[in-house]
Amino acid sequence: MRYEAPDSLDAATELLSSEPGVSRILAGGTDLLVQMHAGMTEPDLIVDIKKIPDLRAIVAEDSGFRIGAAVTGAEMGEHRELKSAWPGVVEAVELIGSTQIQGRATPGGNLCNASPAADSVPAMVAAGATVTVVGTEGTREIPVQEICTGPGQTSLKKGEIVVSFKLPARPSRSGDAYLRMTPRTEMDIAVVGVGVNLTMDQEGNCIDARVAIGAVAPTVLLVPEAAAALIGTKVDESALAELASAASAACRPIDDKRGTKKYRIKVAGVLAKRAAKIAVERAGQSL
Amino acid sequence: MTKQHVTTSINGDEIEFLCETEQTLLDILRDELQFIGTKEGCGSGDCGACSVIVDGRLVCACLMLGVEAQGKKIETIEGIATKEELHPLQQKFIDHAALQCGFCTPGFLVASKALLEKNPNPTETEVRYWLAGNLCRCTGYDKIVRAVLDAAQEMRGASA
Repeated sequence: MRYEAPDSLDAATELLSSEPGVSRILAGGTDLLVQMHAGMTEPDLIVDIKKIPDLRAIVAEDSGFRIGAAVTGAEMGEHRELKSAWPGVVEAVELIGSTQIQGRATPGGNLCNASPAADSVPAMVAAGATVTVVGTEGTREIPVQEICTGPGQTSLKKGEIVVSFKLPARPSRSGDAYLRMTPRTEMDIAVVGVGVNLTMDQEGNCIDARVAIGAVAPTVLLVPEAAAALIGTKVDESALAELASAASAACRPIDDKRGTKKYRIKVAGVLAKRAAKIAVERAGQSL
Repeated sequence: MTKQHVTTSINGDEIEFLCETEQTLLDILRDELQFIGTKEGCGSGDCGACSVIVDGRLVCACLMLGVEAQGKKIETIEGIATKEELHPLQQKFIDHAALQCGFCTPGFLVASKALLEKNPNPTETEVRYWLAGNLCRCTGYDKIVRAVLDAAQEMRGASA
């Protein structure tokens, strides 16, 4: 098992694409090392991407933010401007694991591990985040929801690396929120997760919205029907009821040890309503 | 396969070691360097028994490769007390009987030290959330939380 820690993207993509055996990217390692410990993977090559400067920075860009894929959860939580602009994204990232996990875990890893229950992903999808993917054949910018194709599966080609997340500019009166259901408040995996991101106008009407749900399908789902239930309304009780129905209707969950299909479908609607209320409240505070 | 040469700082001392890629920092600390105060509980980041501080960040030593320690500053349980006296957290754990079997204790102490360095005046809720990744199977959480709050108070007094 070879370990390389290149300091440039070119070197990293070259290493990954030229390795004939199994290669794995190491960012925070909080999934990779668990999989190695459990014997689920035995890479021939590990490429540690933390020495590549672009992957380790949070920068303001085009009135939005660019977040390096290997920034840690703890670093995102400590970034005041980011937290103030995108509280839902940051609270979702901060829900991943314990304090110890937060010291290492990264949004890039959470996305590329491709768990349907990844906490940061519904919040990123609701936020309309895109990712920059770099490989030996060039760079592409794609929506976050196009990375995961199924549990543990991604659309990334051999040698490709998710370099950064781009959170767009924030219109006035915008707010986002992420909520998840877990039996234990901390250190647990989402039974259902819901991200809501919306913008209100001066009269209190919702003029834009995105809703994403996690742990209720093989991948995180963007639910346009749920967003449509909010847009053009004052996000009153009837709009929230429509939102809940649309969120529940989009679920295609499995029964497993963490929850039944029936329970997940019901809870997706409940969480969508609660997250929307928080997002509206936050939109009111961000003038 | 050739082992990799790593130079790191552990509790203020420069230390060199050779390691295989698959060896975790925990394997290195315990098996190669005999820093056996850091415990292996689950080996998968769930229990916090192997908590160490790396460049000021609390992490699980089982979830970091040994080779990643190159150039880092690592703090373990062995560096908490001075030669003369226990760290206030250690003394308060004794005073409050905040341990039974003691296996989780080094992890709790290192995690608590990291908390108090970041937040010298935590609420009980903040202590409980911060320590949610440290498991005690003797179910001693209440005494642990009280010991941490008491140590925080004493340390604030000492630095005032």
